[in-house]
Amino acid sequence: MSKIDKDSLLGLWLTGDLDLTEQLYADPLPHPEETEKYQPSHDPAAAAKVTRYFRRFYNICAALLCMIFAAIMLLTVANLPPYGAKDAPTVNEVAQRYVEKGTEETGAVNTVAGMILDYRAFDTLGESFVLFTAMCAVTVLMNQSGKRRRVCVEAETVDYYADPIVRTMCKFVIPVILVFGIYILLNGHLSPGGGFSGGAILASAFIIFAMVWGDERAQGTIRVPVIKTITLCALCFYALSKTYSFFTGANHLHSVISPGVPGRILSAGLILPLNVAVGVVVCCTMYSFYMYFKRGEL
Amino acid sequence: MMTTFRLILLSGLVICAVATALVKKLKAAVIIYMAYSVIMSVIWILLESPDLAITEAAVGAGITGILFFLTLHRLNLIDADEDHKRDTEGEEADHEQD
Repeated sequence: MSKIDKDSLLGLWLTGDLDLTEQLYADPLPHPEETEKYQPSHDPAAAAKVTRYFRRFYNICAALLCMIFAAIMLLTVANLPPYGAKDAPTVNEVAQRYVEKGTEETGAVNTVAGMILDYRAFDTLGESFVLFTAMCAVTVLMNQSGKRRRVCVEAETVDYYADPIVRTMCKFVIPVILVFGIYILLNGHLSPGGGFSGGAILASAFIIFAMVWGDERAQGTIRVPVIKTITLCALCFYALSKTYSFFTGANHLHSVISPGVPGRILSAGLILPLNVAVGVVVCCTMYSFYMYFKRGEL
Repeated sequence: MMTTFRLILLSGLVICAVATALVKKLKAAVIIYMAYSVIMSVIWILLESPDLAITEAAVGAGITGILFFLTLHRLNLIDADEDHKRDTEGEEADHEQD
């Protein structure tokens, strides 16, 4: 049974006497890579030649494509109506309405905030969900706590907290950044700013905190369930309030919430809470991006 | 005066955009990209849209740069050029010893 040729194997199989346990326990054949050294079957000089030709071809094609696209773009730009032209398609009743009646209708002194959070609040809801989807994708790709990912090589980490200059400066700077971010967030309907920029500034303060104080302490201070809950609550609040506004505020139906006196901090109806919601979503998203990219988990 | 300032800013924008694509070192490319964002935020202020200027300065020059640096760090590319140079120098030194 130690030696099997083809005819007897077929015969054995047909008669049903095939017993391969001996082969199963026999030593496996040594791997071909171990026995014979790998020899490249092709000529390296010819391969290098082909690679060089292909690279040249690739460069020429890339340059041609770039030139074609640049030409298309430049032609489009050349055919645009001149800046401030009277018959340009952007000069229509929509922009005029925003400028003339924006403050009156939305209650926001900052017309941009009135536009993106009242007239076009649905677009901003979509943008918030784009951020949330990006956060979900980063979580799926980078999360290491599932133990399935290969643990990345830990490079030497600099302990910034031990440095008295950095620590003292950060203790001074972080509250200032936080106050500035909150100001931009809450004053978004009165002055330039709003949810996205305020949230990014708040997130930068948290990122500096996590950078200097170390990942573990940041994780202990800013807890993961809190981040997740806050993000979901802000998104749900935005979606619910804007669905409400979608049904009651649009199409000449009057919103129940009054715009208030323009210029006051508590005015402009839903714009202030929506700004806060967007800012919170942006802040949590940016901070969790940082943490996922830094250490693989929140 | 203002026209000169604008011209300087716009030419700086173009130079930064081209340099980001052409620079060999990735770390330098990210830093030039952040400089691009800073110039862009000043241009937004000149175009009278301070909302965008604040967002550009916070997101473009701040957080995007940090995320780029973290990605390079994670891929072990942040000091790749220096490491490569050091390795080749070390090999040359070994050959000299031989």
